[in-house]
Amino acid sequence: MTDHAAIAPSEARTLRSYVYDPKIRGIFFQVLTLVIVIGVGWSIFDNTVANLARSGTASGYQFLKGRAGFDIGASLIDYSSDSTYGRAILVGFLNTILVAFFGIITATAIGFIIGIGRLSKNWLIAKLCTVYVEVFRNIPVLLIIFFWYKGVLSSLPQVRDSLKLPLGMVLNNRGLAFPRPVWGDTAWVIPIALLIAIVATFIVARWAKQRQMRTGQQFHTIWAAIGLIVGLPVLAFLAVGAPLTFDFPIAGRFNLSGGSVIAPEFVALYLALSFYTASFIAETIRAGIRAVAKGQSEAAAALGLQPSTTTRLVVVPQAMRVIIPPLTSQYLNLTKNSSLGIAVGFPELVATGGTTMNQTGQAIEVVSIWLVVYLSISITTSLFMNWFNAKMALVER
Amino acid sequence: MKKTLLSAAIGAAVLGFASAASAATLDTVKSKGFVQCVVNTGLAGFAAPDASGNWSGFDVDYCKAVAAAIFNDATKTKYTPTTSQTRFTALQSGEGDVLFRNTTWTINRDTALGFNFRTVNYYDGQGFMVPKSLNVKSALELSGAAVCVQSGTTTELNLADYFKANKLEYKPVVYEKLPEVNQAYQEGRCDVYTTDQSGLYSLRLSLSNPDEHIILPEIISKEPLGPAVRQGDDQWFDIVSWTHYALVQAEEFGITKANVDDIRKSSTNPDVRRFLGVEKDTKIGTDLGLTNDWAYNIVKAVGNYGEVFERNIGQNTPLKIQRGLNALWTKGGLQYAPPVR
Repeated sequence: MTDHAAIAPSEARTLRSYVYDPKIRGIFFQVLTLVIVIGVGWSIFDNTVANLARSGTASGYQFLKGRAGFDIGASLIDYSSDSTYGRAILVGFLNTILVAFFGIITATAIGFIIGIGRLSKNWLIAKLCTVYVEVFRNIPVLLIIFFWYKGVLSSLPQVRDSLKLPLGMVLNNRGLAFPRPVWGDTAWVIPIALLIAIVATFIVARWAKQRQMRTGQQFHTIWAAIGLIVGLPVLAFLAVGAPLTFDFPIAGRFNLSGGSVIAPEFVALYLALSFYTASFIAETIRAGIRAVAKGQSEAAAALGLQPSTTTRLVVVPQAMRVIIPPLTSQYLNLTKNSSLGIAVGFPELVATGGTTMNQTGQAIEVVSIWLVVYLSISITTSLFMNWFNAKMALVER
Repeated sequence: MKKTLLSAAIGAAVLGFASAASAATLDTVKSKGFVQCVVNTGLAGFAAPDASGNWSGFDVDYCKAVAAAIFNDATKTKYTPTTSQTRFTALQSGEGDVLFRNTTWTINRDTALGFNFRTVNYYDGQGFMVPKSLNVKSALELSGAAVCVQSGTTTELNLADYFKANKLEYKPVVYEKLPEVNQAYQEGRCDVYTTDQSGLYSLRLSLSNPDEHIILPEIISKEPLGPAVRQGDDQWFDIVSWTHYALVQAEEFGITKANVDDIRKSSTNPDVRRFLGVEKDTKIGTDLGLTNDWAYNIVKAVGNYGEVFERNIGQNTPLKIQRGLNALWTKGGLQYAPPVR
């Protein structure tokens, strides 16, 4: 740069010197790129508008208020064929959230176990965990979904030969049916008791920490918390006379009637996403733990900390700083991969949106809804994980 | 030099976009040299590829008939296999020139979706198939059943309406692709399979034990299946519509693939001569934008409507579908062609 600055202003520049000036070249290509991007973007937009006008397709989002007319197999909210297209898409959205939420929890749990297992000193455990990671990481997630759906779940017994499990549960190739709890009128005291228990646990934990700081005495906060959170609602439940009955699944002419059912489509998608993503999370965890210098645990040992305390207070907090950012990517991947549920007929966002698109012909609108929804889910997950990361980050004092 | 090439390429791409948006379909088809038909991914008898990738079936023969009318060569066709969810987008976006995919003609599709329907090449109705072992005699006994259905179809909507109207409960088990629905039914994921009756006959064949399944007597909807084209190109719409009418008219005249040459040489009936383009100074074909022997080319390539029907889905095929409503109007059916004059 300095060379050019020295030469440029003095002499009258030839065309050649402009052509070979890296600064001018840089500006030229940036402007060119911008023009191309705008040009292509505009031509796509213009072409779309022209084509829509020509094909006589209605545009806009009014169609969301129309009657859907189709039924959906699994829904978290009230839905019938009389509901609107908007509600059908909402049902799909909630199903996506449901499978992503449980998938993330399970994948994290399995990932932690496998990731730590790979570092185990026990040869067998370490090798088994390695095999797990290599197998699931190297198979496309769609095949894992099919494996669960067609390989495992569809080989369960037929409805008329259903497997009777304890506690009134019934298992067949249409899912796992279990008794649905039906709460009595006085049941409202139980969530209130649970709320009180949670608040009380916080107070106890604070008091225990302050006492430890003051006197050095430790308090078994965990046991107190479990006692409160489990005990108080149970006491409340018994106090109001156990207002709970169960609606048991019974064999009908075709299907089971009554009870609640977890459909095999959900289970296949949930298990596949969990197992697949867990293999990546396991590697993330292993990398994070490996990233903590050996001197840290040696120093902790020299200070007289127990190995378990060393792991909990020294190694894991430092490992988390390495683990959390790539973990966020895995969570986003899992959420987006849930759209593969369409392959086994799980009514998630892409499935219900696709049906809506087909019935109304509003392809651009539905695709835009998909984009906005997935973007929103991803951004929300990212924001949460960034907040968590900031919380876990090294606090400089 | 590179920059000029690049900008030229971009300019060409933009122009290409624009011209694709406005040119008449017939001109586009002629310039690319083949008809691109949007068909089913695989429905035996209607449109399915064989082991070597050659498509055949009732809908495929219609595609060939259009190609024969334009090019006098039934092989100038290409196929875009679509699921029930992707078929309309494929036609809307210009991925195909015409939709021959056992598609029901409804007012919504004819208006809001931006398509044009005019002819019905197969009158169908929605039915139910159940395993014989369930001992069901009527669809009204199906309360509480799990029903397998393909997503994005009129079938899915009719199913919801029928069960609601009859105050029956059911559990929909919905898949995007036909083979998935098929497999789910076979594995007992659901008790009932519902789709157009023609589809049920076709699908029953692909089950491992076709005799153990019955098709219930109820027909719960009207399903007029026919070709669709994009709105805004009347000439192309006419060509597709009159291809169907030519097939029907040929059957009414008794013109077949085998005797069409003889009839063309020897017939003295002015109606037939006009139809085959041998009457003096006829301009029926050129008015369509084709040659005057367009109808002759169609029949020569695929035969008449009856032949297309019998060859793909009729009594001598595994599907064994009766002509029923699809018989000619002269034989008590609904297939009727306006006069070719």
